Amino acid sequence: MHDSFVDTILPQLAAGAAHTGALGFVFDGLHDGEPRIRVPWREDLVGDPDTGVLAGGLVTTLLDHIGGLAVWTAMDEFQPIATLDLRVDYMRAAHPGVDLLAQAKCFRLTPTIAFVRAWAFEVDSSDPVAAAQSAYVLNRTRAARDEVAA
Amino acid sequence: MSDLLDRIPYARFLNLQTLVSGDEVTVILPFADRLIGNPMLPALHGGSTAALLEMTAMAQVALAFPSPRLPRPINVTVAYLRTGRPVDVFARASISRAGRRVAHVQAEAWQEARSQPIASLTAHFLLDNP
Repeated sequence: MHDSFVDTILPQLAAGAAHTGALGFVFDGLHDGEPRIRVPWREDLVGDPDTGVLAGGLVTTLLDHIGGLAVWTAMDEFQPIATLDLRVDYMRAAHPGVDLLAQAKCFRLTPTIAFVRAWAFEVDSSDPVAAAQSAYVLNRTRAARDEVAA
Repeated sequence: MSDLLDRIPYARFLNLQTLVSGDEVTVILPFADRLIGNPMLPALHGGSTAALLEMTAMAQVALAFPSPRLPRPINVTVAYLRTGRPVDVFARASISRAGRRVAHVQAEAWQEARSQPIASLTAHFLLDNP
Protein backbone atom coordinates (compact mmCIF):
# COMPACT_ATOMS: atom_id res chain seq x y z
CA MET A 1 0.00 0.00 0.00
CA HIS A 2 1.54 3.30 -1.04
CA ASP A 3 2.27 5.89 1.63
CA SER A 4 0.37 8.78 0.03
CA PHE A 5 -2.83 6.73 0.14
CA VAL A 6 -2.49 6.12 3.89
CA ASP A 7 -0.97 9.49 4.77
CA THR A 8 -3.06 11.79 2.59
CA ILE A 9 -6.03 10.16 0.89
CA LEU A 10 -7.44 8.06 3.76
CA PRO A 11 -7.40 11.00 6.25
CA GLN A 12 -9.16 13.13 3.64
CA LEU A 13 -11.77 10.41 3.01
CA ALA A 14 -12.23 9.93 6.78
CA ALA A 15 -12.86 13.54 7.70
CA GLY A 16 -12.83 15.71 4.58
CA ALA A 17 -16.58 15.94 3.83
CA ALA A 18 -18.75 18.59 5.46
CA HIS A 19 -20.67 16.08 7.60
CA THR A 20 -17.68 14.11 8.86
CA GLY A 21 -15.89 17.40 9.56
CA ALA A 22 -18.88 18.73 11.52
CA LEU A 23 -18.93 15.53 13.60
CA GLY A 24 -15.21 15.87 14.38
CA PHE A 25 -14.08 12.60 12.78
CA VAL A 26 -10.29 12.08 12.77
CA PHE A 27 -8.39 9.38 10.87
CA ASP A 28 -6.46 7.32 13.44
CA GLY A 29 -4.26 5.20 11.18
CA LEU A 30 -4.29 1.56 10.11
CA HIS A 31 -4.29 -1.13 12.81
CA ASP A 32 -3.47 -4.62 11.55
CA GLY A 33 -4.42 -3.29 8.13
CA GLU A 34 -7.82 -2.02 9.31
CA PRO A 35 -8.60 1.71 9.16
CA ARG A 36 -9.61 3.45 12.38
CA ILE A 37 -11.54 6.69 12.99
CA ARG A 38 -11.64 8.57 16.30
CA VAL A 39 -14.59 10.75 17.33
CA PRO A 40 -13.71 13.08 20.20
CA TRP A 41 -16.61 13.13 22.71
CA ARG A 42 -18.70 16.28 22.43
CA GLU A 43 -21.76 17.43 24.35
CA ASP A 44 -23.74 18.15 21.18
CA LEU A 45 -23.30 14.55 19.94
CA VAL A 46 -25.04 13.08 23.00
CA GLY A 47 -28.19 10.96 22.52
CA ASP A 48 -29.41 10.75 26.12
CA PRO A 49 -29.08 13.95 28.14
CA ASP A 50 -29.59 12.01 31.39
CA THR A 51 -26.51 9.86 30.86
CA GLY A 52 -24.22 11.79 28.46
CA VAL A 53 -23.95 8.75 26.19
CA LEU A 54 -23.26 9.46 22.50
CA ALA A 55 -26.29 9.13 20.18
CA GLY A 56 -27.04 5.88 18.38
CA GLY A 57 -27.39 7.83 15.14
CA LEU A 58 -23.83 9.10 15.53
CA VAL A 59 -22.58 5.54 16.09
CA THR A 60 -24.45 4.42 12.96
CA THR A 61 -22.90 7.25 10.93
CA LEU A 62 -19.45 6.34 12.26
CA LEU A 63 -19.86 2.64 11.43
CA ASP A 64 -21.21 3.45 7.94
CA HIS A 65 -18.24 5.71 7.32
CA ILE A 66 -15.48 3.47 8.68
CA GLY A 67 -16.94 0.67 6.56
CA GLY A 68 -16.44 2.78 3.45
CA LEU A 69 -12.86 3.43 4.53
CA ALA A 70 -12.30 -0.31 4.86
CA VAL A 71 -13.53 -0.79 1.29
CA TRP A 72 -11.15 1.86 -0.07
CA THR A 73 -8.34 0.33 2.01
CA ALA A 74 -9.08 -3.07 0.47
CA MET A 75 -9.11 -1.54 -3.04
CA ASP A 76 -5.98 0.49 -2.22
CA GLU A 77 -7.51 3.43 -4.07
CA PHE A 78 -10.48 5.76 -4.08
CA GLN A 79 -13.44 4.70 -6.22
CA PRO A 80 -17.04 5.91 -5.85
CA ILE A 81 -19.00 3.57 -3.56
CA ALA A 82 -22.46 3.68 -2.00
CA THR A 83 -23.74 1.95 1.12
CA LEU A 84 -26.35 -0.63 0.16
CA ASP A 85 -27.41 -1.53 3.67
CA LEU A 86 -26.13 -1.51 7.19
CA ARG A 87 -27.15 -3.39 10.32
CA VAL A 88 -25.98 -2.10 13.68
CA ASP A 89 -26.25 -4.02 16.98
CA TYR A 90 -25.96 -1.78 20.03
CA MET A 91 -24.32 -4.04 22.59
CA ARG A 92 -23.95 -1.57 25.45
CA ALA A 93 -24.01 2.14 26.23
CA ALA A 94 -20.85 4.05 25.33
CA HIS A 95 -18.93 5.45 28.28
CA PRO A 96 -19.89 9.10 28.76
CA GLY A 97 -17.21 11.71 28.19
CA VAL A 98 -14.88 9.32 26.36
CA ASP A 99 -13.74 9.40 22.71
CA LEU A 100 -15.24 6.72 20.49
CA LEU A 101 -13.14 4.66 18.05
CA ALA A 102 -14.30 2.62 15.10
CA GLN A 103 -12.48 0.03 13.04
CA ALA A 104 -13.64 -2.04 10.08
CA LYS A 105 -12.61 -4.93 7.91
CA CYS A 106 -13.66 -5.55 4.32
CA PHE A 107 -13.75 -9.34 4.35
CA ARG A 108 -14.91 -9.85 0.77
CA LEU A 109 -14.47 -7.62 -2.26
CA THR A 110 -16.18 -8.66 -5.50
CA PRO A 111 -16.10 -6.62 -8.73
CA THR A 112 -19.42 -5.01 -7.77
CA ILE A 113 -20.05 -5.45 -4.03
CA ALA A 114 -17.95 -5.14 -0.85
CA PHE A 115 -18.90 -6.90 2.40
CA VAL A 116 -17.77 -5.29 5.64
CA ARG A 117 -17.83 -5.78 9.39
CA ALA A 118 -17.20 -2.86 11.72
CA TRP A 119 -16.92 -2.19 15.44
CA ALA A 120 -17.17 0.86 17.68
CA PHE A 121 -15.37 0.85 21.03
CA GLU A 122 -13.56 3.12 23.48
CA VAL A 123 -10.36 1.18 24.17
CA ASP A 124 -10.61 -2.49 23.31
CA SER A 125 -12.14 -3.69 20.03
CA SER A 126 -13.10 -6.96 21.73
CA ASP A 127 -15.41 -5.00 24.07
CA PRO A 128 -17.49 -3.14 21.47
CA VAL A 129 -20.19 -0.56 22.05
CA ALA A 130 -21.72 -1.55 18.73
CA ALA A 131 -21.03 -3.83 15.79
CA ALA A 132 -22.12 -3.45 12.19
CA GLN A 133 -22.40 -5.62 9.13
CA SER A 134 -22.77 -3.75 5.87
CA ALA A 135 -22.59 -4.03 2.09
CA TYR A 136 -21.38 -1.40 -0.36
CA VAL A 137 -21.95 -1.08 -4.09
CA LEU A 138 -18.83 -0.27 -6.09
CA ASN A 139 -19.64 2.20 -8.85
CA ARG A 140 -16.74 1.20 -11.05
CA THR A 141 -16.84 1.41 -14.81
CA ARG A 142 -17.38 -1.86 -16.66
CA ALA A 143 -13.79 -1.75 -17.91
CA ALA A 144 -12.48 -1.44 -14.35
CA ARG A 145 -14.74 -4.32 -13.23
CA ASP A 146 -13.46 -6.54 -16.02
CA GLU A 147 -9.90 -5.70 -15.04
CA VAL A 148 -10.57 -6.71 -11.42
CA ALA A 149 -12.35 -9.89 -12.45
CA ALA A 150 -9.58 -10.90 -14.83
CA MET B 1 -44.64 15.69 23.17
CA SER B 2 -43.44 17.52 20.06
CA ASP B 3 -40.52 18.70 22.19
CA LEU B 4 -39.44 15.09 22.74
CA LEU B 5 -36.46 15.20 20.40
CA ASP B 6 -35.55 18.74 21.49
CA ARG B 7 -34.17 17.22 24.70
CA ILE B 8 -31.63 15.23 22.70
CA PRO B 9 -28.42 17.15 21.93
CA TYR B 10 -27.73 15.15 18.74
CA ALA B 11 -31.27 15.87 17.46
CA ARG B 12 -30.57 19.57 18.04
CA PHE B 13 -27.22 19.20 16.24
CA LEU B 14 -29.15 17.83 13.23
CA ASN B 15 -31.80 20.56 13.76
CA LEU B 16 -34.57 17.93 13.65
CA GLN B 17 -38.10 19.34 13.62
CA THR B 18 -40.85 17.16 15.09
CA LEU B 19 -44.53 17.32 14.17
CA VAL B 20 -47.15 15.23 15.94
CA SER B 21 -50.49 14.64 14.18
CA GLY B 22 -52.72 12.55 16.41
CA ASP B 23 -50.78 9.37 17.10
CA GLU B 24 -48.25 9.85 14.28
CA VAL B 25 -44.88 11.57 14.42
CA THR B 26 -43.26 13.22 11.38
CA VAL B 27 -39.67 14.33 11.73
CA ILE B 28 -38.01 16.76 9.32
CA LEU B 29 -34.28 16.99 8.72
CA PRO B 30 -33.85 20.46 7.19
CA PHE B 31 -31.11 20.59 4.59
CA ALA B 32 -27.82 22.10 5.76
CA ASP B 33 -24.39 22.11 4.10
CA ARG B 34 -22.85 20.26 7.03
CA LEU B 35 -25.02 17.19 6.26
CA ILE B 36 -23.19 16.64 2.97
CA GLY B 37 -21.21 13.40 2.84
CA ASN B 38 -20.29 13.41 -0.83
CA PRO B 39 -19.36 16.90 -2.08
CA MET B 40 -18.96 15.72 -5.69
CA LEU B 41 -22.59 14.71 -6.32
CA PRO B 42 -23.47 16.46 -3.92
CA ALA B 43 -25.30 14.03 -1.62
CA LEU B 44 -26.33 13.81 2.01
CA HIS B 45 -24.21 11.54 4.21
CA GLY B 46 -26.11 8.28 4.58
CA GLY B 47 -25.43 8.47 8.31
CA SER B 48 -27.46 11.66 8.68
CA THR B 49 -30.42 9.96 6.99
CA ALA B 50 -29.94 6.89 9.20
CA ALA B 51 -29.84 9.10 12.30
CA LEU B 52 -33.08 10.80 11.18
CA LEU B 53 -34.76 7.40 10.76
CA GLU B 54 -33.56 6.18 14.13
CA MET B 55 -34.69 9.36 15.91
CA THR B 56 -38.08 9.16 14.15
CA ALA B 57 -38.52 5.55 15.27
CA MET B 58 -37.50 6.52 18.81
CA ALA B 59 -39.96 9.43 18.86
CA GLN B 60 -42.79 7.21 17.60
CA VAL B 61 -42.07 4.63 20.33
CA ALA B 62 -41.87 7.37 22.97
CA LEU B 63 -45.23 8.78 21.80
CA ALA B 64 -46.91 5.37 21.94
CA PHE B 65 -45.26 4.31 25.21
CA PRO B 66 -44.66 7.37 27.37
CA SER B 67 -41.82 6.84 29.84
CA PRO B 68 -39.39 9.05 31.73
CA ARG B 69 -36.52 7.26 29.99
CA LEU B 70 -35.89 7.36 26.24
CA PRO B 71 -36.47 4.10 24.33
CA ARG B 72 -33.11 2.40 23.77
CA PRO B 73 -32.30 0.87 20.37
CA ILE B 74 -31.26 -2.80 20.39
CA ASN B 75 -30.43 -2.93 16.70
CA VAL B 76 -31.21 -1.08 13.51
CA THR B 77 -31.01 -2.06 9.84
CA VAL B 78 -30.92 0.69 7.25
CA ALA B 79 -31.36 0.14 3.51
CA TYR B 80 -30.32 3.00 1.27
CA LEU B 81 -32.71 3.15 -1.67
CA ARG B 82 -31.84 6.41 -3.41
CA THR B 83 -29.22 9.11 -3.18
CA GLY B 84 -30.12 11.76 -0.62
CA ARG B 85 -30.12 15.02 -2.54
CA PRO B 86 -29.30 18.39 -0.92
CA VAL B 87 -32.88 19.20 0.15
CA ASP B 88 -35.00 18.54 3.28
CA VAL B 89 -35.75 14.95 4.34
CA PHE B 90 -38.98 13.73 5.99
CA ALA B 91 -39.48 10.56 7.99
CA ARG B 92 -42.29 8.60 9.61
CA ALA B 93 -42.28 5.37 11.60
CA SER B 94 -44.80 2.72 12.51
CA ILE B 95 -44.69 0.18 15.30
CA SER B 96 -45.23 -3.27 13.82
CA ARG B 97 -45.48 -4.95 17.17
CA ALA B 98 -44.77 -4.09 20.77
CA GLY B 99 -44.48 -6.69 23.49
CA ARG B 100 -43.70 -6.13 27.14
CA ARG B 101 -39.98 -5.61 26.60
CA VAL B 102 -39.34 -5.07 22.89
CA ALA B 103 -40.93 -2.98 20.12
CA HIS B 104 -40.37 -3.69 16.42
CA VAL B 105 -40.46 -0.50 14.36
CA GLN B 106 -40.23 0.34 10.66
CA ALA B 107 -39.52 3.79 9.25
CA GLU B 108 -39.09 5.45 5.90
CA ALA B 109 -37.40 8.66 4.79
CA TRP B 110 -38.28 10.58 1.67
CA GLN B 111 -37.67 13.93 -0.03
CA GLU B 112 -39.99 15.16 -2.83
CA ALA B 113 -42.34 12.18 -2.94
CA ARG B 114 -43.30 9.82 -0.17
CA SER B 115 -43.74 7.08 -2.79
CA GLN B 116 -40.01 7.34 -3.58
CA PRO B 117 -38.26 6.74 -0.25
CA ILE B 118 -34.53 7.40 -0.04
CA ALA B 119 -33.99 5.00 2.87
CA SER B 120 -35.87 2.58 5.09
CA LEU B 121 -35.20 1.35 8.60
CA THR B 122 -36.16 -1.70 10.60
CA ALA B 123 -35.35 -1.51 14.30
CA HIS B 124 -35.93 -3.08 17.70
CA PHE B 125 -36.22 -0.91 20.81
CA LEU B 126 -36.06 -1.95 24.44
CA LEU B 127 -39.14 -0.70 26.28
CA ASP B 128 -38.74 0.70 29.76
CA ASN B 129 -41.57 -1.32 31.30
CA PRO B 130 -41.28 -2.38 34.94
